[in-house]
Amino acid sequence: MLQIKNLHASVEDKEILKGINLEVKPGEVHAIMGPNGSGKSTLSSVIAGKEEFEVTEGQVILEGEDLEDVSPEERAHKGIFLSFQYPVEIPGVSVTNFMKTAINEGRKAKGLEDMPANEMLKLIREKSEMLEIDRKFLSRSLNEGFSGGEKKRNEIFQMAMLEPKVAILDETDSGLDIDALRIVSNGVNKLRSKDNAVIVITHYQRLLEYIVPDFVHVLHNGKIVKSGGKELALELEEKGYDWLKNEATV
Amino acid sequence: MAYTEEELKKELETKEYEYGFYTDIESETFPVGLSEEIVIAISKKKEEPEWMTLWRLEAFKIWKEMEEPEWANVHYEKPDFQAISYYSAPKKADPNKTLDDVDPELLEMYKKLGISVDEQKKLQNVAVDIVMDSVSVATTFKKTLAEKGIIFCSISEAIKEHPELVKKYLGSVVPKTDNFYAALNSAVFSDGSFCYIPKGVRCPMELSTYFRINQAGTGQFERTLVIADEASYVSYLEGCTAPSRDENQLHAAVVELISLDDAEIKYSTVQNWFPGNKEGKGGVYNFVTKRALCEKNAKVSWTQVETGSAVTWKYPSCILKGDNSIGEFYSIAVTNNYQQADTGTKMIHLGKNTKSTIISKGISAGKSQNSYRGLVQVSSRAANARNFSQCDSLLMGNECGAHTFPYIEAKNKSAMIEHEATTSKIGEDQIFYCNQRGIDTEKAIALIVNGFSKEVLNKLPMEFAVEAQKLLEISLEGSVG
Repeated sequence: MLQIKNLHASVEDKEILKGINLEVKPGEVHAIMGPNGSGKSTLSSVIAGKEEFEVTEGQVILEGEDLEDVSPEERAHKGIFLSFQYPVEIPGVSVTNFMKTAINEGRKAKGLEDMPANEMLKLIREKSEMLEIDRKFLSRSLNEGFSGGEKKRNEIFQMAMLEPKVAILDETDSGLDIDALRIVSNGVNKLRSKDNAVIVITHYQRLLEYIVPDFVHVLHNGKIVKSGGKELALELEEKGYDWLKNEATV
Repeated sequence: MAYTEEELKKELETKEYEYGFYTDIESETFPVGLSEEIVIAISKKKEEPEWMTLWRLEAFKIWKEMEEPEWANVHYEKPDFQAISYYSAPKKADPNKTLDDVDPELLEMYKKLGISVDEQKKLQNVAVDIVMDSVSVATTFKKTLAEKGIIFCSISEAIKEHPELVKKYLGSVVPKTDNFYAALNSAVFSDGSFCYIPKGVRCPMELSTYFRINQAGTGQFERTLVIADEASYVSYLEGCTAPSRDENQLHAAVVELISLDDAEIKYSTVQNWFPGNKEGKGGVYNFVTKRALCEKNAKVSWTQVETGSAVTWKYPSCILKGDNSIGEFYSIAVTNNYQQADTGTKMIHLGKNTKSTIISKGISAGKSQNSYRGLVQVSSRAANARNFSQCDSLLMGNECGAHTFPYIEAKNKSAMIEHEATTSKIGEDQIFYCNQRGIDTEKAIALIVNGFSKEVLNKLPMEFAVEAQKLLEISLEGSVG
């Protein structure tokens, strides 16, 4: 579904990703772990097509299509979703209005008419109930004055609404208390299917107790230095990243 | 919104001012220049009574002694007042016509403007008076309104038919001596709208005027007078467009609102005069004086969406004379390319327990300059006066400017005045966030700008709000690379 081949990316001539290889198949959950500054967030931004990062070598391929010249909005239309680590505020634009615009833009790209209002309302009701989101929350300005947990829950709500093929969750667990973590993780688990894939980027093993990965990759200094099953996450929790850093330099 | 993105995109690509067509209608235009003779000729042309001619001549005398103001934060080549024609009328216009008699070509033009008079008549419950260049062309719905005793007609007609009201109120809020452009307008105003709502009457529909400059080298000087008698209510809309021209055109209007005891007037404007081209050539100079007088328990709300004009100089104000009177000002001013706007309001608190609210949203893009200038004045007699002001600026790109000049003068210790101001920039992070959700950059900006302006857009009547949103999107075309 998503293939990343020898991906190199720089920002302002500083190379951050130094040859990443990753293959994600439908139905899989991959976790990417690693210390601060290892390139985790850069990887998610590059997959989403953020322009300030320059891809100097390698490819990101979605369902056989090289995304090199594909704009961020087109990538979104093709099914890439990024749950942001720091979701931005858009004052005066309600969550509902924002979602309505996003969904209809996506439909337009596929040559479809706008979603009828009753269908939209039904979808919103269904997804907000799944994530235990209060109706009042949906008429508030996007992310404005939201708590850390509300912001993350709102990201997953958007994921539920947009039903992406590949969802990247960038540090979705940060800022969540244990209850919110449970709700958000349950939401993600309900959204999993044999046709979509999830990439979970996280610092800690905690989230992976809820969203159980099929594969765990450790990113260090712009490269994947170790891959394994879910038990690798536990090992990391126990030993920290240092033993891997040492291993990588050996 | 009935407006699709495809249409918007198409318009953005052509990068042309939407209303920039010129209608080929035979016009009768006076020779250029201004003199006593011209003032008399205008008055004569309009078959005005002598008192009106004298009123104009007095204004002309005052104007000659005045200097063009320079305090505004705008820079432009001053108009040559002797190079302007002060009267231009579509030739076929006849003051006694009904809508059926209106030149079909003219009606066609209104259709292009998106104002189908017929449709408005039938569907929208809006009575429309259309002023093209200098003459009021058609007033719809007159009959329905007359049944309630409401007078809605051109100012020329009012001078003839209702001289007692015009004599009493014309110049009572904006005197001839008020400022350079008001004096000029008083001398040469060619037409405009007049509205009177009798005591206790709630006007059953929105009243609307559309202004358009069509002829080259003409100035437009319309005069609007709205009188809401005791305990009456009216909502009034005003729209403006002009064709694209290389030279600058002058627009100097005066609007006077009189809200008597317990009356309420809502006055909404969508101003879309030609803003000049991308290089800053051409465009309308919009020098407008708008002011309202509020008597006891009266209320006036000004709502404006200003997207057009090369230079705007405009401060819709409220004189809160009566106790417990309320003044409101809601404004969105958008400047792009080389546009300059210096706009705001004056809230003059004279009565006790008077309240005012100011919400100003300035959006600057391109190389434009956008200034808010506002005065909140509390007189010594105005016990318990309250004001709340909020001025927000949104910047796009690195070459534009946003400025705020709030003036506060309080002479009564019980006054409570609040002022809040914010400046923000549309961030790349916001755009990327929208992009990631499948929303392209142009649409993302429209979304962000609409969100920023929401508090003001919400104050507009429904049919205007849609038009205003569309205008915001068009005005900001190509403002992000």
